[in-house]
Amino acid sequence: MSSPAENRLISAFRFSPAAIISLAIILFWTAIAIIGPWIAPHSPGRIVDFDVFGPMSASFPAGSDYMGRDMLSRIIVGTRYTVGISVTATLIASFVGTFLGLFAAVSGGAVDSVLSRAMDTLISLPSTIFALVIVAGLGSSIPVLIGASAFLYTPGIYRVARAVALTIVVQDFVTAARARGEGKLYIMLREVLPNMLPPVLTDFGVRFVYIMLLISGLGFLGLGVQPPEVDWGTLVYENLAGVGLGAPAAFLPAFCVVSLALAVNLFLDSIGDRAKAGSSEL
Amino acid sequence: MSQPFLRIKNLEICVPGAGGKPRPIVQDIELTLEKGQVLALIGESGSGKTTIALSMMGYARSGCSFTKGSVVVDGTNMLDLTFEQRRHLRGNKIAYIPQSAAASFNPAFRLIDQITESARIHGTMTRPEAAAKARALFAELGLPDPDRIGERYPHEVSGGQLQRMIAAMAMLNDPALIILDEPTTALDVTTQIEVLRAFKRMVQNHHATAVYVSHDLAVVAQMADKIAVLKDGTLQEVDETGHLLSSPSAAYTRELLAAAEPHERAKLGDTSSIRPLVEVRDLNAGYGAIKNNTATFPIVHDVSFDIAPGEIVGVIGESGSGKSTLARVLAGIHPASKGRMTIEGEDIGLQGKARSKERRQAVQMVFQMADTALNPAQTIHQLLRRPLDFYDIGDKSRRDARVFELMDLVQIPRSAAGRRPGELSGGQKQRVNLARAVAAEPKLLLCDEVTSALDTIVASSVLNLLTDLRHEFGLAMLFISHDLGTVSAICDQVMVMYRGRIVTKAAPQNLTHPPVSPYTEMLIRSVPQLRPGWLEEAEQGMPALREAVARL
Repeated sequence: MSSPAENRLISAFRFSPAAIISLAIILFWTAIAIIGPWIAPHSPGRIVDFDVFGPMSASFPAGSDYMGRDMLSRIIVGTRYTVGISVTATLIASFVGTFLGLFAAVSGGAVDSVLSRAMDTLISLPSTIFALVIVAGLGSSIPVLIGASAFLYTPGIYRVARAVALTIVVQDFVTAARARGEGKLYIMLREVLPNMLPPVLTDFGVRFVYIMLLISGLGFLGLGVQPPEVDWGTLVYENLAGVGLGAPAAFLPAFCVVSLALAVNLFLDSIGDRAKAGSSEL
Repeated sequence: MSQPFLRIKNLEICVPGAGGKPRPIVQDIELTLEKGQVLALIGESGSGKTTIALSMMGYARSGCSFTKGSVVVDGTNMLDLTFEQRRHLRGNKIAYIPQSAAASFNPAFRLIDQITESARIHGTMTRPEAAAKARALFAELGLPDPDRIGERYPHEVSGGQLQRMIAAMAMLNDPALIILDEPTTALDVTTQIEVLRAFKRMVQNHHATAVYVSHDLAVVAQMADKIAVLKDGTLQEVDETGHLLSSPSAAYTRELLAAAEPHERAKLGDTSSIRPLVEVRDLNAGYGAIKNNTATFPIVHDVSFDIAPGEIVGVIGESGSGKSTLARVLAGIHPASKGRMTIEGEDIGLQGKARSKERRQAVQMVFQMADTALNPAQTIHQLLRRPLDFYDIGDKSRRDARVFELMDLVQIPRSAAGRRPGELSGGQKQRVNLARAVAAEPKLLLCDEVTSALDTIVASSVLNLLTDLRHEFGLAMLFISHDLGTVSAICDQVMVMYRGRIVTKAAPQNLTHPPVSPYTEMLIRSVPQLRPGWLEEAEQGMPALREAVARL
């Protein structure tokens, strides 16, 4: 038997063309991120074209970069880093933020106050500048990028999770569990968490976009993934000189960032309406 | 024959159903109403009574649409009007009194400004004229200090007064038709009688034509000339009030009348010789910090009582009397500031020190709203299995079978085990709620308004179930309700609570025998009885009683 939640999800796919298109884009980039290195036509590091900032051609569909390397291969291989780092950081931030938010909401009192004030302090820091400081101080490496962005976006996720959990912990079924004598962990994980999944999952998508933009921004400033590896932000940075020449190398990586960010946002919008419409049953 | 004032012909109202095909929620409605008469629409929730009442203003709730028929009010078919034309009629020629006045007033503006707003919008009166008329209406509705009460803000008057304020707002433009939608349902009975009296006087004085929507036959019997009984969106029967009550023709009406009649369940008889199972002594509780055994805001004062095995003790009182706080303290959700409870001689601990699992198991609470008391993300099986696992009841391999036994006990089909609460009806949810409490095999069961949110017939089945349970398991039960009829029907002893104190403790049949507290007397007299003319009778002597209660 399918639950109402499943029915809602199915109808979301069935009725919204925007959702279908954006989901296709998301799946496309996910697939590229996974199989990228095997389908790239050239090695991303090899100089294969005599021309630099070459135009789109049959042999180089995305043109070539400032050193004459194949742009298509570099974008394909870079996908893995941009998407991978963003997903990993978002997962870490979501787990930590949601768990802490849930813990604060269920505990209440002093625990909630201390945690919330600590998170407020972190929120008050401007994220890009703080990320710059961390990456500049520790040196850029993939673990540092993941750690810094996860750390920066945990408070936002904590806020959302706590707010959602607070509306649930006051419900009678949670009071009933408390009256039964249930422990804190059971109440958090079994009573409250399953009822806050739709907003938390929506938030996951939003934070993924933020983190991807942050990672790309750091790459653009030259603090992202370091050579020989590349990500989309670094690709824009490397080929910035090509902007004046109208080289595809300068624009295509930026276009990739925009396409994925828009797709995730559109997808969330189209399922978000339905999640909202159904949330009244709680 | 002249055209009646209101004529509804072959009305059908649809909502979009599965696959976009319209599904009727109201159909084949034929009703007429003469000028100066009161028509009552009665039925359970979902019967379409409010939907029909709203159609008289040409209004359909979002998603609903008029698919057939006509609603002619004073020669105008409301369904043909444009939005502008309807807007001109509403609040002017047709007035609507909603269930919750508190939700209808803006808390940021003075009452008088909100009440006279319709006169200003429709340009029927100048502001001073409207204000003068409002004050006259306040006086007519029996509001205290009618000249100045309008200067207050909504939170500065009581719920019953606010409901009368809404009536004043509705009457301001001398509407030709008044629609009253469950206007007293949210009020305590002692307040309800005052408001009913005021409404009735007003309707009589103005020879108003009114439609009264309610689920409560006894209330309707006081107000209406004519009653229309609805079920599942279809008309069951329309008749003069007196005739309908004495000789109903539709089977459903008879069912409603039978359910409204307090149906006495088997009682225990005298329990004074039996050793009590539960003893509560000197219980005090409140909110805020606790100092010297007193809370900053005390709610419950010096409550003591006993419950014998298999006995049901009722607690009755109006909202704010402390009855729910009492239940929460006994359930261990809220700490007592003072007092103790023992079950089989063992102290359960009420002072908020962590209560042990075994002691928690002995006291289980059934919450009022089954909608919120059951986790919407868990299946019925998970919900009922959890107490068994948590309290380690019975052999592990037997627990699944036990879940099904519990479902049988509360008459939930076994096939529903995999469903979630959202897929059950209100009555079924309340039975699952009950089964979960019983699953823990408690000694004391606390029932907090368990039938209040249910329709009469469904509530009756839940009461039967409770009576069966106490006979089967010898459970002690504390049954909290604001409804005297329900309490008298199943309880062996009744405690009347007023302002956190127990003012009367007696067997239900003795509640009417003096000496009882004036509050108890007032409460009993306020409960509507199913015969026309009760309202006028009950009002005799009420003012004196109210004064006596105020001195308590």
